Amino acid sequence: MSLKNRHLFGLKDYPKKDIESILDLAFKFREVLDRPIKKVPSLNGLTVVNLFFENSTRTRISFELAQKRLSCDTVNFSASSSSLKKGESFKDTAQNIEAMKIDAVVIRHPSPGAPKTLSKFIKSIIINAGDGTHEHPTQAILDMMSLKEKFGFLKGLKIGIIGDILHSRVALSNIYGLKTMGAEITLCGPPNLIPEFLKDLGVNINYDVDEVIDWADALNVLRIQRERMGIGLVPSVREYRNFFGINQKRIEKHKKDIVIMHPGPINRGVEIDSAVADGQNAIILDQVLNGVASRMAILFLLCGGKK
Amino acid sequence: MESLQEWLYFFFYVVEKNEIMNKVNFKILPDELLLKNGKIIDPFIDKVYTGDIFIDKGRIGDPSKQTKKTKIIDCSGKIITHGFCDIHSHFREPGREDKETLETGSLAAMAGGFTRVCVMPNTHPPIDTPELIDFLSKKSKSYPVHVHPIGAVTKNQDGKNLTEMGLMKKQGAVAFSDDGLPIQDGKVMRMALEYIKPLDLPIINHAEDVCLRSDGLMHEGLVSTNLGLPGNPDFAESVMIHRDLELASFTGSKIHIPHVSAEKSVAQISKFKTQFKNVSSEVTPHHLYFNDEALSSFDTNFKVAPPIRTENDRLSLIEGLKSGVIDCIATDHAPHTLEEKETTFDLASCGMIGLESCFGAVYKVLVYQNKFKLLSLIKFLTINPRNVMGFDSNLFSYEKTAEIVILDERKKWKFTEDSIKSNSLNSPFIGEELIGRIEFTISKNQIYSRTKLDI
Ligand SMILES: [Zn+2]
Repeated sequence: MSLKNRHLFGLKDYPKKDIESILDLAFKFREVLDRPIKKVPSLNGLTVVNLFFENSTRTRISFELAQKRLSCDTVNFSASSSSLKKGESFKDTAQNIEAMKIDAVVIRHPSPGAPKTLSKFIKSIIINAGDGTHEHPTQAILDMMSLKEKFGFLKGLKIGIIGDILHSRVALSNIYGLKTMGAEITLCGPPNLIPEFLKDLGVNINYDVDEVIDWADALNVLRIQRERMGIGLVPSVREYRNFFGINQKRIEKHKKDIVIMHPGPINRGVEIDSAVADGQNAIILDQVLNGVASRMAILFLLCGGKK
Repeated sequence: MESLQEWLYFFFYVVEKNEIMNKVNFKILPDELLLKNGKIIDPFIDKVYTGDIFIDKGRIGDPSKQTKKTKIIDCSGKIITHGFCDIHSHFREPGREDKETLETGSLAAMAGGFTRVCVMPNTHPPIDTPELIDFLSKKSKSYPVHVHPIGAVTKNQDGKNLTEMGLMKKQGAVAFSDDGLPIQDGKVMRMALEYIKPLDLPIINHAEDVCLRSDGLMHEGLVSTNLGLPGNPDFAESVMIHRDLELASFTGSKIHIPHVSAEKSVAQISKFKTQFKNVSSEVTPHHLYFNDEALSSFDTNFKVAPPIRTENDRLSLIEGLKSGVIDCIATDHAPHTLEEKETTFDLASCGMIGLESCFGAVYKVLVYQNKFKLLSLIKFLTINPRNVMGFDSNLFSYEKTAEIVILDERKKWKFTEDSIKSNSLNSPFIGEELIGRIEFTISKNQIYSRTKLDI
């Protein structure tokens, strides 16, 4: 069982068979996580660097836990890209870290394409943990795992993705992954935050959130950056909440068991209300646990671990 | 002391001079040279014929006047035509000589078949005074190509205050541009166009509406959406072109539209060109050759301004040349250091070198793939750009200073790093198979030869 691509840059054109392999193994690791001793010696002796050029406590902790559960050595490196602009170049940082003999790099970077650029400078295996507004493939894998856990299948599932699609790497990776697995997707949010070109990827766009709730089996509610409020992109919080906020009233109106996902961190009272986020149809915390299992599966398959 | 200093200057002058000449590909022209039995394309008289061209002390002469000392280059099977003219290059001197100097730029031009180059003023400092124009004219005198400075439209390229365009013309400025930076303020553009009327020189505005471009890094479309890179829409260009053409048709001034990249822009120019004769435009080899799919690799060598657009845009640019909406090809030769390109896409500098890959690239696209006549392609590189700038085009009549290129029309060759004469290597053409190769270039009593030349 090995994957076609040496690195995980994104899910665009990623083989269906490989997504299935990752998901299958992720469910097996999920069982390990439910045991009292949550550790396997699979990647013993391997060194992985978490190279974070952008703050992200959650993703980093999730990767770190996955690495520890697989018994590999972990080094964390955080650098803000602004300090890079001033001094050391991206290339130097990368080559310096590799000079310390490492096997794989998990990279988070604000610039789209940074993982691919990194692969030109170093020889290690590279896993994209989010590159700007491009992709966040491990998030999409864990989202698919959570959907599969809930529904038992992905083919034919109707998924609504709600929010700022234009600036969302989560949305893009979800679109690629879910389309490959045969799900149907409808994007919903303010029209200036949904690029029309996405229609060419075979997704629907609908600006009416109530219609999307009516149609969908599950909603993936994206975080709306508060920084984007009131600066031309979204006029105000109340305007957004009014037209796209997912609240109890909206869900009840449709009287259906719609599954609610969110990649976190949640802006309670903005894109989603507490009643929905904490409600019985939300699988937001399952996503968090599945994140560790998915990342274990990805690390294991890319780094060639032994059972 | 003073004489020692002078002596040292002289010494270094000789060393420097020898260094140019030592580069095996460059030589001083022999007193008499016969280019024998080539297929001569003279775009000025619109003729193609087989024959000889005689160069007597650097000037076009009568072939019957050759003597026993006359050196001969056998041109059978080769094309002999006018030296190319690039009206859009960046030579980076003064300020960033690590990227390109007037000298290395001239050598790169020769290797690409260019004998005349107009250089953009966005150097450090920008070329915005008559003194700086004079500096460029004097400095480039000894280099093998004719270098024409383009002056800045506004002081320090600030987009606000007009430069001394009249005095700059007197020192040799051939056009005015703030290239790299669009003149965003419409009132300033109007004033510049009005002011320049009696000077009869063109204004060249880098046409991108800064607000619409925003933080765009590549063409806005499906590919940019797939790559998550902020988009720069085609209408950021066409809206600006529309504004500039409205203003120029109102003032009646000469306007030249650089590096047209979008179908929408071709449509705008086409519309105005039917009623207004003072407009001209250019397209780059890279916009004719590549489409935005090429950026999928995140290769920063494809990062240019304006961006490389869709296949549909590319085809409309080819159509624009065919219909005459676009007048000429210009390289937008923009050298950058490795450090400025070997970084993430958002931080990388915009631009690519273009002089040396130009002919092979445009021959491949236009003649080989799109069945243009070689004569029309030659016009896009010779008579048409010279007309835009008001340069002499009757180059093959007797007594004219020789500006000649000799090329191998059908030669397939690979553009490689080690052949590059420019100081910089930022080119996505490296590794590409091109068609049509420059063999010799003659200019200012010097000759470039692709291979070692024994004359
Ligand atoms: Zn420009």
